[in-house]
Formats: sequence, structure tokens, C-alpha cells
Amino acid sequence: AMDTDLSSQDRKDLDKFIKFFALKTVQVIVQARLGEKICTRSSSSPTGSDWFNLAIKDIPEVTHEAKKALAGQLPAVGRSMCVEISLKTSEGDSMELEIWCLEMNEKCDKEIKVSYTVYNRLSLLLKSLLAITRVTPAYRLSRKQGHEYVILYRIYFGEVQLSGLGEGFQTVRVGTVGTPVGTITLSCAYRINLAFMSTRQFERTPPIMGIIIDHFVDRPYPSSSPMHPCNYRAGEDNGAVYPSVEDSQEVCTTSFSTSPPSQCVFTVTKAHFQTLPPVVTDTLKVPVMGLAFSHQLSNSRLSYQPAALGVGSADMGYPVLFAGGLNAAHPHQLIGPGKEGGIPPIPSQPAHGTQADQERMCTPLDGVHYSAATPSSSEDTETVSNSSEGKCGSPHDPLETIFIRKVGAFVNKPINQVTMANLDIPFAMFAPKNVELEDNDPMVNPPESPETESPLQGSLHSEGSSGSSTGNTHDDFVMIDFKPAFSKDDILPMDLGTFYREFQNPPQLSSLSIDIGAQSMAEDLDSLPEKLAVHEKNVKEFDAFVETLQ
Amino acid sequence: PRRTCRCVPSRAAPAMNCRAEVLEVSVEGRQVEEAMLAVLHTILLHRSTGKFHYKKEGTYSIGTVGTQDVDCDFIDFAYVRVSSEELDRALRKAVGEFKDALRNSGSDGMGQISLEFYQKKKSRWPFSDECIPWELWTIKVNVVNLANEQERQICREKVGEKLCEKIINIVEVMNRHEYLPKMPTQSEVDNVFDTSLKDVQPYLYKISYQITDSLGTSVTTTMRRLIKDTLAL
Repeated sequence: AMDTDLSSQDRKDLDKFIKFFALKTVQVIVQARLGEKICTRSSSSPTGSDWFNLAIKDIPEVTHEAKKALAGQLPAVGRSMCVEISLKTSEGDSMELEIWCLEMNEKCDKEIKVSYTVYNRLSLLLKSLLAITRVTPAYRLSRKQGHEYVILYRIYFGEVQLSGLGEGFQTVRVGTVGTPVGTITLSCAYRINLAFMSTRQFERTPPIMGIIIDHFVDRPYPSSSPMHPCNYRAGEDNGAVYPSVEDSQEVCTTSFSTSPPSQCVFTVTKAHFQTLPPVVTDTLKVPVMGLAFSHQLSNSRLSYQPAALGVGSADMGYPVLFAGGLNAAHPHQLIGPGKEGGIPPIPSQPAHGTQADQERMCTPLDGVHYSAATPSSSEDTETVSNSSEGKCGSPHDPLETIFIRKVGAFVNKPINQVTMANLDIPFAMFAPKNVELEDNDPMVNPPESPETESPLQGSLHSEGSSGSSTGNTHDDFVMIDFKPAFSKDDILPMDLGTFYREFQNPPQLSSLSIDIGAQSMAEDLDSLPEKLAVHEKNVKEFDAFVETLQ
Repeated sequence: PRRTCRCVPSRAAPAMNCRAEVLEVSVEGRQVEEAMLAVLHTILLHRSTGKFHYKKEGTYSIGTVGTQDVDCDFIDFAYVRVSSEELDRALRKAVGEFKDALRNSGSDGMGQISLEFYQKKKSRWPFSDECIPWELWTIKVNVVNLANEQERQICREKVGEKLCEKIINIVEVMNRHEYLPKMPTQSEVDNVFDTSLKDVQPYLYKISYQITDSLGTSVTTTMRRLIKDTLAL
């Protein structure tokens, strides 16, 4: 069988590598969406604690969430680790932006050396991940978060769900690493259009939007009761029984330990979370609330930038911080399209008893202190999350697919019939400020070239067969869409065929017309000495050039 | 006798097993530096390791490579580079020279910058060491001139998007896990890696560039002459 070829030490090492690779993958992705520039230092002397020889900080809550999602398992066939990145606006609307998938397939590479080649390739893959996380559209969105929207994350383990990304999502592969037990694949599926999915859906939305606005603004918090709570603990989804937070299967005793928690500080507020009852309706896709935070990883200081997610037009001063480090039934992990949603919305006013907490969240943190959710909090939230559990049989909610296009950013297809009634629509800040901008864009619509018949072409034709192969019209040529690798038409969005047809009938050369001909001849003669001088200067280069021709 | 015109050939002659990748970008003059740095740093991120520390019995440990985000000023783009000031300085120097050469060459503004990874093969005296390239990256640059601010703004975004594609292309190549030099013993390490930096260790590399402009101009003039001559007949 498979395992007999792999020594037990190798197997142990491989499992450890994959586990820490998964944890580091999550760190890289989440850190790339914090909205801040990341900077870590190189160190020539090995510290023994930097996995894959890369300085990637470990945000404790993120590691905690990842470990909880994995629950002691490793990515395997059919069991992928997914990091979902979504955006949530100040009005409470959210949409999924990306799903990062760490998958394992069955293709094994028996010959490969675990402790050496696999390790180095995993390191290379993490570098690729660092690079790729900066080039998907969500990166730029995440750098601008904080005022009108925030970026959230959610980790889940099991089957990949891409339906929340809307139509036409694109995939980018970060890389693969073959191992003796299978091939690890890391990829990202991302939404490309912040646009209305279809005008039909747009027409359907106004009444639903009314409900949503009501729902989030008028209903004082926390008075709502869940209607269709969600059940993340439903074992059938991921087939795992969740152990307690202290994972006894954890094997992290070697010098390959992750960075000590003192390097990263993150405050959680358990009290705050306790007062967040879930609010669910059956027509509403409940927004995802992951750990919404925006902080700087520099030295050991963290300062919060309160993400002003108020509700409706309420005062935006309430920071968005939600307790992390809670148990698996924590609602913040629950949202998925067509699935369940048990997330309480962000309240507009601080709930009772959290005044002190609120202040704590707002102040910058000095030095190094680390307050994690205590085990008791997980028990307390049990009641909260239990009440929010249950299946949500919501039909496909049109809200989740309504977006407004931002002109010029990450738009692949032009949207023609988009009309904004008012700015009360979701994602209003993405509404195009100037719709006609793209129509006037010379890059998109290059000016028409004149269609005059040039005497040059005429004379070539009248000379009969003077080598011109365009006997009849340009339509004799069938231009194949030629897409050479790494080489694209960068500025003008024309393909080769269009370009050819556009420029096949150029206007008459001015130097060829009789009256101008004489003038240009004179100019030529005048510039001749100058040109000769230049050429004489470059004689050596010409000679070299001639050499190469022979 | 009529001469056919063609571009100046690349001076780097790839060896048998040297894989060659070509990337092309069209940028505005002021974007050249950032675009080149973004591409070169992304490649070197994948082609640098931590410093090796050899221990007894031929084993070695590897230092840690830090990374940092860089925002471009003239392009809507950000990239990750290795945290090494020495490496950054070396790349900036090379790119600066390339940019100056492009600017001084005339209005056409076409050139290419090459990043070649090589191994040294020591030869016995009196022969000098051989440099055997194993990977060659060529970035072809076309400098465009834009007329107004609106076009420049669009160019910022478009070049940003194009660079995103280039990064994806680079990562695709890196993921092929094709030939890499064997990890060297202590005595051989300088034949494979650049050990002169204090915090990171890239594979041995060299950067060169060419400007393809000066002959380009004369090509245009010659062609015009040919056409005129033809008509005069």
C-alpha cells in the first residue's frame, strides 16, 4: 500500500509539514487582507522557529481559527481547507470575494524526498502565495477598507463552495507540490465583477432592500429572534466531530514551533460577543462576520483602527471587533451561500455592559499582552450559538448577488443597462460616478481610422502583380486570434485581426502627395548631413549589425 | 543589394538546458522603474533562500527570509519583495541604468532587461570560470507616450492589471519545479549562490539590458526610402 514506501519518520514529518503549511497559508491570506502593508525581517541566523525558512508572523486568533476548522485533520481528497474572504459594507450587506482552496489530490510522487524537496517546494509555494495574494482584486479592496466596508474571513474544512462568487468567477492557481501521499494544490477562485448580476435581479430587489434596511436599522439590538438558525455543528457537512479547543491531537513539540504569541497581539472581547444574539430571516443572506479587524503588524504594537461599521445612517463610531478564539459553533464561521447564517449584525449602539470593553478595543495596545478568550467564554457562547443553530432553508437570495459596478476597477465585461435609482441600494459606494467615462475612454474605443483609399494601394493594384497579395479586399485574410504566451496587446484592447483590418487602409502618406513631395524632399536633403553625422557616430554598431547578418 | 532588416539579436546565448521566459510590458516612461522592480523582485523572491550555515558532517541550516509589501507610486499596483536592502539596492541600480538608457536612446523607447541565473563551473588554470545559465528571464519594455491626464490615469490602472498578469505568469513558471541547481556543499556554495549579501542568499544572477531603438529609427528611414524608390520607377 501507499504507506509502506514511506518510512514512519518521513510520514510523521510529512504530516507535520502539511499541517504547518496549512496554518501558514491561512496566515498569509488573512494578513494580506488586513488592509496594511506587511513587513517582516530577514534573519541570517536560523532561529529554528520559522517554518519553511520564511518570516511569516502568526496571529494567534487566526491560528486558532484554522486549527479549529481543521480539527486535527489534514487536507485530503475531498477534504479541502478553504479560506473565504468576503466584504461587508457599512449598511450590512456582504458578498464573497474570494475562496482560497488548499486541496489534496490522489496523484502521488513516491520518489520525492520528504524532508528536503517537499519542504523546499512548500516554501516556494508560500512565496508564490505571498505574491498572488497581492494581485487578485480583493487586495486593493482590502487596502481601502475601514470606512465604508471591511473585509472578513472565514475558514472551513470540507467541500469547496464556490457558488457565492457570482457568475464568471476566475481561478488562479498558486501552485502544486507533489508528495508521496498526494499532490497539494493551492488555488484561488475570485469574483471579478462587482456588478449587477442581471437587470432582472435588480428590478426584484427594491422591496427586499426595504426589508433589509428595516431589519438592520429599526430593529433595536438585541431584540430579534432567530427564525432559521444555522447549524455549523451538523456533522454531515464536514464529517468531523469537534474536539474541544485544546486539541489533544496537536503535535507541535519540536523546534519547528510557530512564532511565540508575544510577537502578535490581538484583543478579543468575549463580553461583546455574548451580547450578540443572532438575527436571521429566511429571505436574507446573513452577512458573514469573521474577525473584522484592521491592525498593523509592526514590531509588537498593535493599534486598532475602528472599522466604522454602523448600521444604516447611525453613528459610525462603533468599532467592529468580534470575539475570536471561541469554539467551533461560533457563528462567525457559519455563513455560506445556500447554507446557514446565524450571524448577528453589527449593532449600532454598544450593548449593555460593554462600555469598558469598547474603550479597551479602541485604545492602542502597548507592549506585549495577549488576552485570549477564556475557556469559559466558549461555554457561554454555547447558549448563544445554540439558539442560532439550525438549517436555513433560504431560497437563493437575490441580495447576495446585487452589486454596483465601480468603473475602471476589475471590470471585465461592460455592463450596459445599469441605472441607479437612488443611493439606498447595496454597495452604493461602488456606483459608477461617471457612467460615460468608459465610452469616452480612448483606450477602450479607439477613434475610427479614415477609410480613404490610398494611392499607394491603388498604384500597387494597377501594376498588376507587383507582389501584392491583397488582390481583392482585406477580407481575403482570415486572421486567427493569435495569443502568444506572455505577450499581449497592452494599451489598445484590439486583437490582431481587428488591428489588421483597422490599419489595412491607412490614409495617404502625406510625403507621397505631389505638393508636399517637394517639400519633404527638401527637408530630407537638409537633414541629410545631420543624419550622416549620426550614422557615422554609430558606425561601429552598424558594423556589428552587418556582422550578424552574415 | 537589398538588406532585410531585423532586430538586434539578444546577446545572451542560452545554454542547452537553460529555460528562457519572455515577458512584455507597455508602460509610460515614469512607470518603467516600478514595473521592472516589481517583476525582478517577484522573480528573486522565488529564487532566494535564507543564508546557509554549514555545520559539521555536511549538514546545513538555512536562515529566514523576510518579505515586505511595496506600493507603486505611478502604477495602481503592489508587490512583495524579499526584505533585503542590499538586494533592493542592486536591483534599483540596474533598473535605473536601464531606465536612463531608454530615455537617452530617443523617442522610440523600446528595450529589454534580462535576468539570468547561472552556475559557475570552475575551470583549471589558465582557463577562466565558465558561467552556465540555467534560467533566463527577459522583460521587453515598450515605452508609450500619453497625451493627457485622463490617459495617464487609465494607464495607471491598465498597467497595474497587466502587472498582475505578469506576476501570475511568473508564479506559473516557478511552479513547474523544473531544473534547479543541486544544493551545493560548502566548498561549492559560491558556484551556485550569491553569498555576498548579509541577510539573504539568491541564486547567482546577472542583469543586463539592451535598447533596441537606435537601429529601429534607421530601419524606418530605410523602408521609407525603399518605398519611395519603388514609386519613382
